[in-house]
Amino acid sequence: MDLITREFQSIRYISGPLIFLEKVRKVSMGEMVDVMLSTGEEKRGQVLKITEDYAVIQVLEGTSGIDTSKTRVRLKGEAAKFGVSEALMGRIFSGLGEPRDGIPNFIPEKRMDISGLPINPVSRDKPADFIQTGVSSIDGLNTLVRGQKLPIFSGAGLPANEMAAQVVRQASVKGGEGFAVVFGAMGISSRESFFFIENFKKTGAMERTVMFLNLADDPTIERLFTPRIALTAAEYLAFERDMHILVILTDMTNYCEALREIGSAREEIPGRRGYPGYMYTDLASIYERAGRLKGKKGSITLLPILTMPDDDVTHPIPDLTGYITEGQIVLSRQLWKKGVYPPVDVLPSLSRLMNLGIGAAKTREDHRGLSDQLYSVYAKGRDIRKLSTIVGEEGLSDLDKKYLNFVDEFENRFIGQGEVNRSIEDTLNIGWELLKIMPKTTLTRIREDLIEKYYG
Amino acid sequence: MEKIEGKICEISGPMVVAKGIGGAKMYASAMIGEKGLVGEIIRIDNDRATIQVYEDTRGLYLGEKVLTYGKPLTVELGPGLLSSIFDGIQRPLENIRNEAGDFIKKGVHIKSLDRKRKWRFTPAVKKGDRLEEGDIIGVVGETPKIVHKITVPNGVSGIVEDIKDGEFTVEDDVAVINGNRIKMLKEWGVRNPRPYKKKLMLDAPFITGQRVFDFLFPIAVGGTAVVPGGFGTGKTVIEQTLAKFSRADIIVYVGCGERGNEMTEVLTDFPMLTDPVTGDSLMNRTILVINTSNMPVAAREASIFTGVTMAEYFRDMGYHVALMVDSTSRWAEALREISSGMEEMPGEEGYPPYLATRLGNFYERAGKVVCLGRACSEPGESNERVGSVTIVSAISPPGGDFSEPVTQSSLRIAGALWSLDTDLAYRRHFPAVSWIKSFSLYMTGLKEWYSKNIVGDVNALRERLLGLLQKAEELNEVVQLVGLDAIQDSDRITIDIENIIIEGFLRQSVFHDVDAFCTIEKQYWMLNVIFRYYDEALKALKRGVFIDKLLDNACRTKLLRMVDCRNEDMMELAKALINEIENIWT
Repeated sequence: MDLITREFQSIRYISGPLIFLEKVRKVSMGEMVDVMLSTGEEKRGQVLKITEDYAVIQVLEGTSGIDTSKTRVRLKGEAAKFGVSEALMGRIFSGLGEPRDGIPNFIPEKRMDISGLPINPVSRDKPADFIQTGVSSIDGLNTLVRGQKLPIFSGAGLPANEMAAQVVRQASVKGGEGFAVVFGAMGISSRESFFFIENFKKTGAMERTVMFLNLADDPTIERLFTPRIALTAAEYLAFERDMHILVILTDMTNYCEALREIGSAREEIPGRRGYPGYMYTDLASIYERAGRLKGKKGSITLLPILTMPDDDVTHPIPDLTGYITEGQIVLSRQLWKKGVYPPVDVLPSLSRLMNLGIGAAKTREDHRGLSDQLYSVYAKGRDIRKLSTIVGEEGLSDLDKKYLNFVDEFENRFIGQGEVNRSIEDTLNIGWELLKIMPKTTLTRIREDLIEKYYG
Repeated sequence: MEKIEGKICEISGPMVVAKGIGGAKMYASAMIGEKGLVGEIIRIDNDRATIQVYEDTRGLYLGEKVLTYGKPLTVELGPGLLSSIFDGIQRPLENIRNEAGDFIKKGVHIKSLDRKRKWRFTPAVKKGDRLEEGDIIGVVGETPKIVHKITVPNGVSGIVEDIKDGEFTVEDDVAVINGNRIKMLKEWGVRNPRPYKKKLMLDAPFITGQRVFDFLFPIAVGGTAVVPGGFGTGKTVIEQTLAKFSRADIIVYVGCGERGNEMTEVLTDFPMLTDPVTGDSLMNRTILVINTSNMPVAAREASIFTGVTMAEYFRDMGYHVALMVDSTSRWAEALREISSGMEEMPGEEGYPPYLATRLGNFYERAGKVVCLGRACSEPGESNERVGSVTIVSAISPPGGDFSEPVTQSSLRIAGALWSLDTDLAYRRHFPAVSWIKSFSLYMTGLKEWYSKNIVGDVNALRERLLGLLQKAEELNEVVQLVGLDAIQDSDRITIDIENIIIEGFLRQSVFHDVDAFCTIEKQYWMLNVIFRYYDEALKALKRGVFIDKLLDNACRTKLLRMVDCRNEDMMELAKALINEIENIWT
């Protein structure tokens, strides 16, 4: 870094979160700046674009109070960084990584670039360890493995936070190893933040948790930094301190809206629903930081939460997320209204890495077949339920009635387990109990010897 | 080549503008900044050039130098490609890891092919032979089973003045032809298709071992299939399954803007699996090009061209190459991002108006061709060498809506559509290929192959199958309105048979020990049994057998279990089952 700080007083244009600075010398792409108002207030910014005539800077705390005559801009000579050390644990930070819990900042062991670098694909290690979340609809049907990124697609008013808190509380791998939690909140309400803090404190999870909170009334543009800082902390703890990290990011919808705000301020050509065309790439630069590295003990498992506007799974935010993440857990308003908790709609839910974490050595030999069979019977049963609303239950055959019965039992007992922490064996056994509703001949997705063994 | 140097005068996202660079060539590669980041010139305005940068532009300053030699973006071709893993601009990822660690840093310059490794070169010609371009001058055993053929470079022909025999690196001279020193290493611009003598009619199927493809919607060797599907419909699994089981000599797999963990699965699984053609390790027939979603976007744009150029190189040796692209949509998005950065007038959905042209240029590099050069270099012989590139391209339409430009532009060119259906995926019916929306235009050319090579009348059976699926689809619509009881008994049987076909034939698990690869013979026999069952059930109905007996009997379950039968045992099982079927209702 230069010894001479470089200051400029040449702001010419201010629009939304952006300022245009003229005649800047020695400025680099992505560099951080301090914006110093005449009142003495300081804001932070980042260089987005440089031309011969001007540099475009996004101001994180908003541009209110900035003027073109007295406001000065100081170049920091480096990209955004976050100081890390093991003292992170148990702390609460702002969305920009400043202490928010009233305790003075720690002395960092080192400062890391928050944007991170892409993991070399050949350095990645295949995720392989089954995580028992204690939730049947995840463990049994959409198994989570260490190093996976599995978002929860929620809707306004659906209990995604409760479910995330339950997973944090219960998640463990065989052998009893637990997780440390990195929690990044973007634009959530203070009520939600209290819920998480209280929940973590009550269950003793707080000492192994780092929180980064950008609340609904905090500056919007800050949200673009929060998940990156959280993941930087996670990378340090996982790959340099050998810890298994569970990263919760909520709510990605707010993050994407901040991204859209910057995009429209820059007068970019908008993509679907006004979101920038590069949103896929941008989200990937967050989600792809999950994983495992060869030769390293730690891992990053990522559980982002997002709210589907109007419960629409084809909205660009869930859509692009689903294309990047390794599956998704989709919550259903219908089930929630029926009083089913956790209200997981298993049909659109998916875990792409499930196969890596299940089987005789990891969970049980019948896991794959049982899961396929439950899916097939449940999907068929849902069709029959739809049909029965047209033709009435009398119009159904005996076999169809069994399907109907299965669907109800499955939703109430298998999915709707409540706050209970279920072992994988319990989950699988309940699955078999439910299959006993169906005649043996309809079960064609499980190997015959397994049917003999478990169906009886 | 002339060196031209300019200075950066603008930086925006993945693009920089350089000034004072007059004389630079369009689509020439450039080196940007002190670190020498790799880029490609995509617009020239007087002495200014806009350059897309294949690496992260953060940290660049105005005034840093920009260099270009006027050479286009090229890939290196020669022994050492097989079983390698490259990024979108053909940098070897293993070596980058050795040099720079677990994370990809900027400005790492490593040659694509190992310069130190020596290969055993065996000449195929002798001094004094007269050769034309494309003729094979010698061979290298690149893997235990795959022979890498070194050919006379394009534009060279004449008398062999010197030919070597022994161990050489890719940069050593192995021959002198008409005054030209020939090395094993060649370079080729990725955006220029490699030349061939002529394209051929497509008349052989690309065998995948997947029933729904081979039997219902086959593609030809040298053809193009597009696989559009919303997220979670199994595009990647299909691409990987084909890379594992399809009967191609060489597989080039391009992971374009997709997930890192998926590529890890390929990297760990493939070395353990067996190449179905040679019996050697599967990795030895595979080249991976990986540009995951978080790697620089411009390199993603280049990755499919890098992939297809390497595929063409092996085609020119007379191999049948399959190129898997996952996914073309990410490539198109990269194109869009760069186009919008250049402030070009957008076309549909923000994609540049030239999207369809570029896609066409890419897909048309598939084909079965007569390669340059002769099959045998014995003087006087003139037999042809035939190679092919087959492209299977996954598409990720936003919101699963197939009316978007990338899907539509691809459909206009591709010969087969494997349309993936979200509803099928929700039921865990994989491969989730819709039997109603998918099509193959290659059938007319392939019919002869099927009737010549498979015992029994596959073509007639296929027509019958398609007809039945269409009929059942219509019946199902009626059932949705009035219920099953309200339709005729014979139609109920048709729907039941459709269910058997869906569950016991179209569905195929890639995790199944014996069913993951299904031979066309097994496919034929399975269907033969099912249709026999159908015919007998209809006959029994006419005789007055009660419908419940026709829908529920012990034999029906056996039909659904045929998938568990090994390929080689299927004919026997089929004959036994047909025997049984003839006696169920008598």
